[in-house]
Amino acid sequence: MRPALNSESYQADRDRWLRRLHRVTGVGVFIFLILHISHIWLLGFGPEPFNRLTLFYQHPIARLLQLFLFFSVLFHAVNGVRMAALDFWPGLLRYRRALTWIAAVIFLIVFIPSSLLVVMDAFGD
Amino acid sequence: MIEERVAPEVIQRPLMKAGFERYAWFFMRLSGLLLLVLAVFHLLYMHFIIPGGIAGINYETVIARWTDPVWGLFWRTFDLLLLVFGLTHGGNGIRYLIDDYLHHEGQRVAAKMILVLIYLVLMVIGTAVIFSFSSYSDVG
Repeated sequence: MRPALNSESYQADRDRWLRRLHRVTGVGVFIFLILHISHIWLLGFGPEPFNRLTLFYQHPIARLLQLFLFFSVLFHAVNGVRMAALDFWPGLLRYRRALTWIAAVIFLIVFIPSSLLVVMDAFGD
Repeated sequence: MIEERVAPEVIQRPLMKAGFERYAWFFMRLSGLLLLVLAVFHLLYMHFIIPGGIAGINYETVIARWTDPVWGLFWRTFDLLLLVFGLTHGGNGIRYLIDDYLHHEGQRVAAKMILVLIYLVLMVIGTAVIFSFSSYSDVG
């Protein structure tokens, strides 16, 4: 059994839905990683297989998934720092709500412009 | 309003027993911080900073980046760190989910065997491809 520090049943953490989203986005990024590394591996077979799969990234469905990827990586990164900070400095639990807001603002500052660029890029083709 | 009363049990959290799980817990935080820099930079750089954006990524540009006489070694090291830490961080995360959501020992063992297989295959093919091209003349 893993210790309570890491557990979802850790009662003191009222930001439980953030932990759940952390797990969901983590799985999403891992699945993308499988696709991504396999794609890069195709480089070893010459230009044709690699470039053909690269074209798939311009498909509208791939563009939508790209937005999910940006959301997932950026959310996972910012929320991960928030959770690690709470783990290392339990005194911060006093300012948990403020910390959540700071994390949300940092996330939005990076996510909004990036997703706009991704959408603009999609319509720019 | 910002200050919230902290329950005593919050402060007196049980300390984890020394051993593999504690190292794993610590690794997740350290690698997470490293990936905050590596992965987020990689994501934003490959989409918005490289010439031509994501549409400019193709066979030639990827290999040119790895075999560049000045920056090639930097990018190979960067991508190798990304591979090793990203895959290990993600793999350990999936292991947590297997332990938390699969309730039969047999299911857990099977899922972990598949996970280890995926982990090893991706690590091997990822490392191999990063070091496959010794110079740009290998292209084509």
